[in-house]
Amino acid sequence: MLGRLTWNAIPWSEPIPLITAGVIGLALASIIGLILWRGWLPYLWREWITSTDHKRIGVLYCGLALVMLVRGFSDAIMMRAQLALAANGAPGYLPPDHYNQIFSAHGTIMIFFVAMPFVVGLMNFAVPLQIGARDVAFPVLNAVSFWLTAAGVLLVNVSLVVGEFARTGWLAYPPLSETAFSPGVGVDYYLWSLQISGLGTLLSGINLVVTILKLRAPGMGYMRMPVFVWTALASNLLIVAAFPVLTATFAMLLLDRYCDFHFFTIGSGGNPMMYINLIWIWGHPEVYILILPGFGIFSEVIATFSGKPLFGYRSMVAATMVICVLSFMVWLHHFFTMGAGANVNAFFGVMTMVIAVPTGVKVFNWLFTMYGGSIRFEVPMLWAIGFIVTFVIGGATGVLLAIPPADFVLHNSLFLIAHFHNTAIGGVLFGAMAGYTYWFPKAFGFKLEERLGKAVFWCWLIGFYLAFMPLYVLGLMGATRRMQHYDNPDWQPLMILAFAGAVLILLGIALTALQLYVSIRTRDKRRDTTGDPWIGRTLEWSIPSPPPAWNFAVLPQVDALDAWWVEKQRRHDGTEAAAARPFVPFHLPRPNPTGFAAAFCAVVTGFALIWHIWWMALIGLAGLAAVGLRQAWQTDTEIEIEAEDVERFERAHLAGAAA
Amino acid sequence: MSVAGTPIEEIPLSLRGPAPTRVLVGYGFWLFLLSDIIIFGVFFAAYAVLSGETAGGPTGPQLFDHGRVLIETACLLASSFTCGMMAIAADRRARAGTYFWAIVTMALGATFLSLELAEFAHMAAIGAVPQRSAFLSSFFTLVGTHGLHVTTGLLWLAVMLAQIATLGFSPAVQRRLLCFSLFWHALDIVWVGVFSIVYLGAH
Repeated sequence: MLGRLTWNAIPWSEPIPLITAGVIGLALASIIGLILWRGWLPYLWREWITSTDHKRIGVLYCGLALVMLVRGFSDAIMMRAQLALAANGAPGYLPPDHYNQIFSAHGTIMIFFVAMPFVVGLMNFAVPLQIGARDVAFPVLNAVSFWLTAAGVLLVNVSLVVGEFARTGWLAYPPLSETAFSPGVGVDYYLWSLQISGLGTLLSGINLVVTILKLRAPGMGYMRMPVFVWTALASNLLIVAAFPVLTATFAMLLLDRYCDFHFFTIGSGGNPMMYINLIWIWGHPEVYILILPGFGIFSEVIATFSGKPLFGYRSMVAATMVICVLSFMVWLHHFFTMGAGANVNAFFGVMTMVIAVPTGVKVFNWLFTMYGGSIRFEVPMLWAIGFIVTFVIGGATGVLLAIPPADFVLHNSLFLIAHFHNTAIGGVLFGAMAGYTYWFPKAFGFKLEERLGKAVFWCWLIGFYLAFMPLYVLGLMGATRRMQHYDNPDWQPLMILAFAGAVLILLGIALTALQLYVSIRTRDKRRDTTGDPWIGRTLEWSIPSPPPAWNFAVLPQVDALDAWWVEKQRRHDGTEAAAARPFVPFHLPRPNPTGFAAAFCAVVTGFALIWHIWWMALIGLAGLAAVGLRQAWQTDTEIEIEAEDVERFERAHLAGAAA
Repeated sequence: MSVAGTPIEEIPLSLRGPAPTRVLVGYGFWLFLLSDIIIFGVFFAAYAVLSGETAGGPTGPQLFDHGRVLIETACLLASSFTCGMMAIAADRRARAGTYFWAIVTMALGATFLSLELAEFAHMAAIGAVPQRSAFLSSFFTLVGTHGLHVTTGLLWLAVMLAQIATLGFSPAVQRRLLCFSLFWHALDIVWVGVFSIVYLGAH
């Protein structure tokens, strides 16, 4: 009746997951209780859960990422604590089996459920505003994408209490991930939650590509798009091209596991190395899917807080697109040791080093943008400067790893771990935090608290160096990744240092929460009435904070790069009187529960498939079909916004800004 | 740049502002098909790697019946033509013509599918199941995924007939018919690849 699911699926004998689950359950129950008690549910349902507004969906993505950051970081600090203890015969406090689940969950969660939703959320929020659009191309699909991502998140978290998570590392290499070696539900949790959220990511990628290429305001030619939009375009093109590879690869592993196929098995002609090739054909572009929007955010932030146009806009665009293409030509550097032969390794080594060239172009562009500018060291700018320094170090160690003979020594060592955290934290996370601080006032109408923001930055920066520089050294000393204990006494002091770094990062995360709390409590003091709190350059700063549902009362006419800056200059010079253009009525999509309902059915289906509860999987699939058909027969999907409503809103905003 | 009153044709395409919904939907669906074709690309690659890995089991030339596959191919290519006729009829909002060509398209698709299932059943009967070898795993996955797409297409077309019956040729229904046509033609392109690489390539 319930497939593989029994009472024993809950790890009664393991206190750590049980207590964690208890705490999470209690927190969730009290949040839901509070919502019901205060009567917030109708508001949440109407304004958030069924929202098709790209700004709301962007905020939901970022909120999801921040929550999952706590989960992923808990795994991280548990690993660091284990390694600080488990030296010279000491067992530490995490049994190997649990430790393996933790490092697998940490990688999976940080990439798929922290970095991805954070970056996708920021693109969702900012791209339509920067191109002068009223929403993304397909608003309902956008909601579906978000809720499918949330469905994946839910399944991963369920694995904490019901069953287990994969012990196979964040990419689940076969043959270890095959049924013969991983018969439990862990790998199935991994595969189904990533298949479901991966579909959401693909749909969101298509949505944003169409939005950028087809919904730009009149006059915004390609060479007038803000750099963040360019990087978002590159990132989403990569999503459209790379995520199907992930889906197909996981589908083959699922067929191996569920139907006894032989794609990646050792016997019957299967080829495990094919999986490793395919997964990295997705995996390397994925790195750039995450970092390119980060580059875009830093470009916006550095130009804004230097009070100068971005240096070398065209070369920045060219570098972005070159990276976009090259990212598909380097996947093999993840497994030089596989034995593809010297010539193949040499080719991929050279291609990898070539990627450093456009990246270097970008670094110099950012430096030259700051040169001669009047720099304001506000929080987003601190993240940007911290990024430049940190990312250059991470890039340099990446070039070291790109040399095949060096890689043979450093492969799977802590040196590698230090390298990719150097780029993932120094690039993606710093970028996401910069974007979060930068666009927060646009989303909510008030700035985040400054002093706490700076404290968060310093905790992360110093914590990062403390936590990961020792790992470079440990890697050179021979310490490997995914190691649960060791017997070399020389390593322990460095491991303890790395743990101290993790504690500092923990403080940074706690201060982020405090900053949010304090900022909300004191929001009346930090209101942004002008809509342009940072003296910005791009179109999102030309509209009120928070923007109305329709973003732009009248679609802007663009005739230059940095359209809003140019407009402000003209107003200042009085060279061009702001031509009053008439307000016209337009349509906006109605709130729509399709996304939420589809994700609900996806969770049911995914859970059923993980536990082999076939009847329940059929019910879930039937539910998905029903949701799709209901959506297909909806005709009254849009609300007309009257010109008078828009005009009234605009007048109120102008009066507020003047006061 | 933004000279009021300039005829729209004289403004470069990239400066014209937001595109109409029909363009957005068609373009977005093209991108989706592109990603779908990448999925097939991965399965093709897996087939290329594994097609020789028969693990002592039956090989392609021993299993494939070219005559049957030729009929399958003819059905599918013909259905693309009838699908095109359906699109023309739908463009003219001709209900009877749309229904007629849709039903012919469905009949051809169903014939294709039943021939494919017969082939699979025959192979299973002689023990050539996907569990037998890596070659058969990749064969069934590649060809089966295409068959699954054809099945989805048939269900989709049935839904579209119901949509025309209840909603008429509304702009939304027209857009969905456009997407369906794109989907159906894309399946043909994939099948040309399957026919050439899997069936003709087996020797």
